[in-house]
Amino acid sequence: MIAELGHFALALALALALAQTVVPLWGAARHDARLMAAAGPLAFGHLLACAAGFAALLVAFAVNDTSVVNVVQNSHSAKPMLYKLAGAWGNHEGSMVLWVLILALCGGAVAGFGRDLPTTLKARVLGVLGLVAVGFMAFILATSNPFGRVWPPAPDGQGLNPVLQDPGLAFHPPLLYLGYVGFAVTFAFAVAALLEGRVDAAWGRWVRPWALAAWSFLTLGIALGSWWAYYELGWGGYWFWDPVENASLLPWLAGTALLHSAVVVEKREALKVWTVLLALLAFGFSLLGTFLVRSGVLNSVHAFANDPERGVFILALLLFYIGGAFALFAWRGPAMAPTGMFAPLSREGGLVLNNLLLCSAAAVVLAGTLWPMFADLLFGQKISVGPPFFNTAILPLTVPLVLAMAAGPLLPWKRAKLWPVLQRLWWAALGAAAALLLCLAFAGWRVGPALGFGAALWLILGAAADIADRIALFRHPRFLHLGAAWSRAKGLPRAAWGAAMAHAGLGVTLLGVAGMGLATDNLSALRPGQSVTLGGYEWRLDKVEDAIGPNWSARRATVTVSRNGATVTVLHPERRFFPVGRTTTTEAAIETGLSGDLYAVMGEEQDGATVLRLHHNLLAPWIWLGAVLMALGGAISLTDRRIRVAAPATKRATAMAAKA
Amino acid sequence: MKLSRKKRRLWIVVLAGLGLGTATALTLTAFQDNLVFFLAPSEIAARNPGPERAFRLGGLVEAGSLVKNTTPDGRPEARFRVTDGPATVPVTYVGVLPDLFREGQGVVTLGKLSPDGEFRASEVLARHDETYMPPEVADALKRTGHWDPKEGAPPPAASWNTMQPAPVRQGS
Repeated sequence: MIAELGHFALALALALALAQTVVPLWGAARHDARLMAAAGPLAFGHLLACAAGFAALLVAFAVNDTSVVNVVQNSHSAKPMLYKLAGAWGNHEGSMVLWVLILALCGGAVAGFGRDLPTTLKARVLGVLGLVAVGFMAFILATSNPFGRVWPPAPDGQGLNPVLQDPGLAFHPPLLYLGYVGFAVTFAFAVAALLEGRVDAAWGRWVRPWALAAWSFLTLGIALGSWWAYYELGWGGYWFWDPVENASLLPWLAGTALLHSAVVVEKREALKVWTVLLALLAFGFSLLGTFLVRSGVLNSVHAFANDPERGVFILALLLFYIGGAFALFAWRGPAMAPTGMFAPLSREGGLVLNNLLLCSAAAVVLAGTLWPMFADLLFGQKISVGPPFFNTAILPLTVPLVLAMAAGPLLPWKRAKLWPVLQRLWWAALGAAAALLLCLAFAGWRVGPALGFGAALWLILGAAADIADRIALFRHPRFLHLGAAWSRAKGLPRAAWGAAMAHAGLGVTLLGVAGMGLATDNLSALRPGQSVTLGGYEWRLDKVEDAIGPNWSARRATVTVSRNGATVTVLHPERRFFPVGRTTTTEAAIETGLSGDLYAVMGEEQDGATVLRLHHNLLAPWIWLGAVLMALGGAISLTDRRIRVAAPATKRATAMAAKA
Repeated sequence: MKLSRKKRRLWIVVLAGLGLGTATALTLTAFQDNLVFFLAPSEIAARNPGPERAFRLGGLVEAGSLVKNTTPDGRPEARFRVTDGPATVPVTYVGVLPDLFREGQGVVTLGKLSPDGEFRASEVLARHDETYMPPEVADALKRTGHWDPKEGAPPPAASWNTMQPAPVRQGS
């Protein structure tokens, strides 16, 4: 019964989405206030229906209703409750329901928070969001019904892939989808602007918070996925240039560019057409990612069931939304006359450079990700593009990006001179050079990590220099005006703090990446009592014993790590065997510290010896810590008064903007 | 420095062109060195990748071919043979085999072919679940006429070298 209710709720959601598309768009075209006013309530209704459908799915998984195909295929009664619930979106159908639920949430948020939006713009944004929802609701109902029944009910489910039985599953997809789908809102704003034929500073101010929120969630989602892969797959790495990782990186790159170009629209009314294009691109990449993951055209760790029918459907949706949006763009884009002049060397110029580099990086990632597919289709060649390609092609783009990143926020708007900016950055440059040379001196002649440390310090100190400059900390060379600086710091717009924090966050991530460049590992077969030395630690295998979990049995090794005779930690890597599905997983044991991770993976046992793969991952946690800082920076920017109050800027905010 | 609108636009176009050009150039040069081809054992003779070029070798792990031992410096080493029917390649791999590595099942390995004809793998991929067949492997088997996924489960790998190619079906 619950399943049928859920199915009905989804069908109802489709109908409401259809209404949410037609009524407001029609109303906006005819300037009919009553029709446009229906947009909000319809969006809320759609949200309610989606939530009901999703709740029904959760209930089916929670009670392990084995008459529902999806539950049978992806769940099992012996699973802990957390994984039963999270398992609801650990499969194709369920994750699509989560996808549309989050889309509906975005629609509800626009309807709820967008009180100050002009009526026609709001109606059009909600209409476009409704149109996106229509496509994906139809996709679910036509090809991916999560509520299909099976008769007679199976005795029990087939279980969830053990790799997915992890708290990461509870958070990674929702955060990632909040990011992906969040860009649907900026997409809707862009299409609405094209329909209106008008982009102005106010539009930039409305778009920016949505871009910021989507970007922050996407950053967290990607970081969480990377961390999950790091500890769950047990390969010791954090980023594999897997097609699906790339698919999430593409909207992130486009979204980062959008975030920055929207600032130019808001502040200077320039780059308008470009910003609209970026908003279309960011969501286009989100859809492309959805297509790549779910059609099975590319090989990756994230293999949803390969189904050509679904692939074709999503491809059709992709072509419809993105093709349609670009056609609209080609038709209406040229009408938006560019305004706001600026010299190449200016804040705007810096942001243009940021956009060029980010888009070039996106182009490189796109080419590397899609080329195997095209080579197969066009030439019948089976090829793959691996990490060496991406590392070689992305690095030359990252270097100028990082160099410009610290200087950009210090450039004044309209026109700037380079020399004063460099003067304010000399100590950041000094710190970066010191880090680079120290690394070269102490870690052997390793250019990559040394560059990474230099770049990290450059960004972190650059962000500090930016804040120091804004609060005029060093304006008077002989003594520090701490009191005055503190009051200026309090008055500084939150957006400035957020930007500095996000930039420093990338620096922190680079610190971790550089550290991982110096990571060492060791592979050896040890007998109990034997030990190896790695990274200045002594790793001793004490014993290997049996262990039992809720739905698995395991062999568990005890590895004692000591340094200079003193025990640092005891690690317990495991090999788990899941009787349901008859699969084995390796559980890495990780001791996290600020200086790095001690990481142990257990391999097979043979003739009394156990294969151990040990990693000393220098500074690894900083990679994800940096991503959290970036997302936090986004969140702080979101609390900025100018963004929170989407009304015309107050005098105080205008004064601040002029100062900034 | 005051720029006219036309000049400004020119600047942007030049910059954008420069960025795009750089990206293209980077991509192409990186492609040249880092594209990794997939070869089935029977394709190696024809394509002759040479000892320098890394490629991906895929096929079925021949049943009964897996031998595990330890290298002199105490690292685990696995030797097995990968076959697609007409040809078989011996593979050595120093490292931990993935959990889903099984004899008689599909495998994809990344590595280089040493002059003695042995494939030295630096990575062994056998992912997903135990019924999973890497698409490239399925395709290679289809090309050599040994197995079509439509026929159901693949035949045991031990019989691959002696098996006759299946008769060519129409429309497949």
